[in-house]
Amino acid sequence: MNSKEITTQISEAADSLNLKKWDYGASFSNDFSVQVDKGEAKQLKASQKQILTIRVWNESNLVGITTTSDISESGIKKALNQANIASDFGNKNERTEFSPLAKDPIEVKDLKKRNPVGIKKLLTLLRKAEVKLLESHESIKSVPYNGLSESFYERVYANSDGAFRSYTKSQAALYLYARAEEKNKKPRSSGSVKLGYGVEDIDIESCIKEASNKTISHLNYSSIKTDKFLICFSPESFLTIINAFSSMFNARSILDGVSLSNKNSIGEKLSTEALNIYDDGLHEKNISSSPFDGEGTPTKRLCLINKGRLENFIHSESTARIFKTIPTGHAGLGSKVSVSPDWIVVEKSEEDSDLKTSLDHSTYEGEFVYIEELNAIHAGVRASQGSFSLPFDGWLYQNGEKISIESATVAGDIKYLLKNIVNIESNQELTTSGISPHIWVDELSITGDA
Amino acid sequence: MLSSQIKSNEIVFGSCNKDLLEEIIFYGIGLGADFVEIFIENTDNSTVLAEEDFITSVSPSFGRGAGIRIFKEKKDGFVSTNDLTKHGLMRSVTQAIEMLDIVVDKKREVFNGLNKHRDYSLCKKKWINEVPSIHEISEKLLVSTKSLKKNKIITRKGSYSRNLQEIIIASSDGTYVSDIRLHQTVGLNVIASDAQYRSSGSRRFGSSGMPNEFRLWDHEKAANDVFESSMNMLYADYVDAGQMPVVLANKFGGVIFHEACGHLLETTQIERGTTPFENKLNEKIAHESVTAIDEGISEGSFGSLSVDDEGMEPEKSVLIKDGILKKFISDRAGELRTGHKRTGSGRRQNYSFAAASRMRNTYIAKGEHSKEDLINSISDGLYCKSMGGGSVGATGQFNFSVEEGYLIKNGKLTNPVKGATLIGEAKDVMPKISMCGNDLELAPGFCGSISGSVNVTVGQPHIKVDSITVGGR
Repeated sequence: MNSKEITTQISEAADSLNLKKWDYGASFSNDFSVQVDKGEAKQLKASQKQILTIRVWNESNLVGITTTSDISESGIKKALNQANIASDFGNKNERTEFSPLAKDPIEVKDLKKRNPVGIKKLLTLLRKAEVKLLESHESIKSVPYNGLSESFYERVYANSDGAFRSYTKSQAALYLYARAEEKNKKPRSSGSVKLGYGVEDIDIESCIKEASNKTISHLNYSSIKTDKFLICFSPESFLTIINAFSSMFNARSILDGVSLSNKNSIGEKLSTEALNIYDDGLHEKNISSSPFDGEGTPTKRLCLINKGRLENFIHSESTARIFKTIPTGHAGLGSKVSVSPDWIVVEKSEEDSDLKTSLDHSTYEGEFVYIEELNAIHAGVRASQGSFSLPFDGWLYQNGEKISIESATVAGDIKYLLKNIVNIESNQELTTSGISPHIWVDELSITGDA
Repeated sequence: MLSSQIKSNEIVFGSCNKDLLEEIIFYGIGLGADFVEIFIENTDNSTVLAEEDFITSVSPSFGRGAGIRIFKEKKDGFVSTNDLTKHGLMRSVTQAIEMLDIVVDKKREVFNGLNKHRDYSLCKKKWINEVPSIHEISEKLLVSTKSLKKNKIITRKGSYSRNLQEIIIASSDGTYVSDIRLHQTVGLNVIASDAQYRSSGSRRFGSSGMPNEFRLWDHEKAANDVFESSMNMLYADYVDAGQMPVVLANKFGGVIFHEACGHLLETTQIERGTTPFENKLNEKIAHESVTAIDEGISEGSFGSLSVDDEGMEPEKSVLIKDGILKKFISDRAGELRTGHKRTGSGRRQNYSFAAASRMRNTYIAKGEHSKEDLINSISDGLYCKSMGGGSVGATGQFNFSVEEGYLIKNGKLTNPVKGATLIGEAKDVMPKISMCGNDLELAPGFCGSISGSVNVTVGQPHIKVDSITVGGR
């Protein structure tokens, strides 16, 4: 059954149940992945998945929802029935409607959909990659976490008002996580992830090189003393922290009382005037881009922080209505609709006169801590309180030397961090979650065990 | 077996599917597989969310699917599908066989048909009618959130989740079992605020196989606990970082053992070569006061099972006895690849994951000390009353946030402190657990790992760690 046929089937089933208002979101996927262990295939996986989420509005205009993997005729009827029953418990205090933009044109870029290469080719490529990584340095003894995958999927949104959108995509991912060991030293691990529209788009060589270099660079390690340090966040680590506190930009979180912002925060100065942050789900480098959100609203570029000031919130249909604005294309599809950012882009604005431009991670000779990657985000971030305490992988730069930090955490407050940005380097770098330059922050607490 | 003898062309829950399952397994073995396993599930789930004084979300979901796993020597191919017809299942077997590049040879494994059906679901079919209705759940959640309507509490949430999973497992070693599993959780969360001060508090409760459990939930006590916790932490200062002795509270304090040590005792870690304990069987890896257990049999506990996801009844595994490593947690692939016998620990989130060795109810056994003995023994340290989440890195480093902490000064609890994170490595910390209390209690949780998110129980009595790195400001 294709997506048009499913829409017809849902429409007919809804008619038979006298349900006049409904919408649905669906995804259909085929995924293939391989893992290897010292040259041998370890696990080869294939999956075919379908997920259908249906919402119905009852006569009191209250919404009920059901999710199912059963898209048979009986499954669809059952889902509509269950959603109808659930609508008795619909939220009377916050109504949900169709997105007013669900029929607006969507920007469908060249989606670069690739054909499957097949599991045998995936296996051959991953085996070679593992061998190369193991041969890249004598201390690399294993690649305990590895995988090469390709996915092909279709996403659909349709409603009883005639909106219908769908798109199909392909995506591939390679991850290599190496483990290095040297005598009388603790094992050290690091890795690299690369995404592409298809396997042929993935730069396997650079993934191997990056995984090897990062792992080896941590072999010479030492403890760090507990103190406050000048910090340089890698593009990846800065994006991690911005995403972890994205509730600051999230209208849903504001309404739920779990955001550091409030309805009147637009215009509030959060950071140096040199900082701009956008959410840009349609960015050409975003492999996972989607032209519409869970409610069918078109995805678009949205400025979140402009010259250090809060510029916009991200919205669903219902939060936009409450805030008297329009949906921004960041909604999920649920009984209570979630809102989340797509793809963060951090850049330096023209207002950069207060920056200490001498701080450049490749040339600066003073003491600083370079945070390459933040870990355990789910455990160490209190988004509603603004605080974080996170373990990280990184280096201490001191007296012209660079030494890997054995085990440490960085702790602070997101508002303090944003206010204490002292430099934003010029070059933006592409990561799997967005684009950012290196960001320098003064005086953050590091806990080590030296 | 002739296909004309097959009675049904589709898996039907509640019916005998033996002939169809046998035909599919015969088909896989005939194509050269060493081993064929079929895992089929049918789910019926519901979640309810109460915010402030309203129900804001009711989300039912249902679905079905199959995961088919083929082994050839030590490698395996896994295919999952929503298509439970004979054609769909056979196509999945073919796909797995082709992925593994299996060639039919003369030395073929023998499949003698499925054993007698072990049906663990017989007394459980009524559960779906015994669980509380959405109305009943909503009313109790709203009473709970209403009771938290107090000064300085700005956000009140109550949530309930019910997962009912009906499973069929059949494999070429003759395994043929059915079961029904019921898991229910209920939680309360608050955020307190006063001027620039903010704190949060949460408590979660969970059970397996006890349809009446939600009705017995003491929501008043839960609300009082979560309120007190948030109030105690509202004006707390940030903790000073450093090395110090720590007392970890019972119940969810056990999350540290689970994350930092338990995962390193799963055979998947041996397969990867990422556990420092690989060659330490029968060697001392912890302080002699430590005995640690992983089991799936405690009645009603969140990690308990009648049968694991590979059709084996769970056993009680003593992992560490008086500080000596005694056993690893193993599944079928683990036994095949590492030689450690299966422990009934093959678990998966659902049909779309291959089973892996996973913990169930994991805890440190009780000792002989009172909580006060532990605290009195410390002149300057930290009491971690409530733990947040945590994680363990690829080389065994762990970190855990402390949700509710208090300084210990001269053997007494003093000021509340926030922002603490415990950092270390299992092999360094396990020998430093020098005292165990006599107040073992368990707490439910969810564990995410290679085979998805599974229900587990963590637990311990109060324990004292002589020295650990505390991250702070």
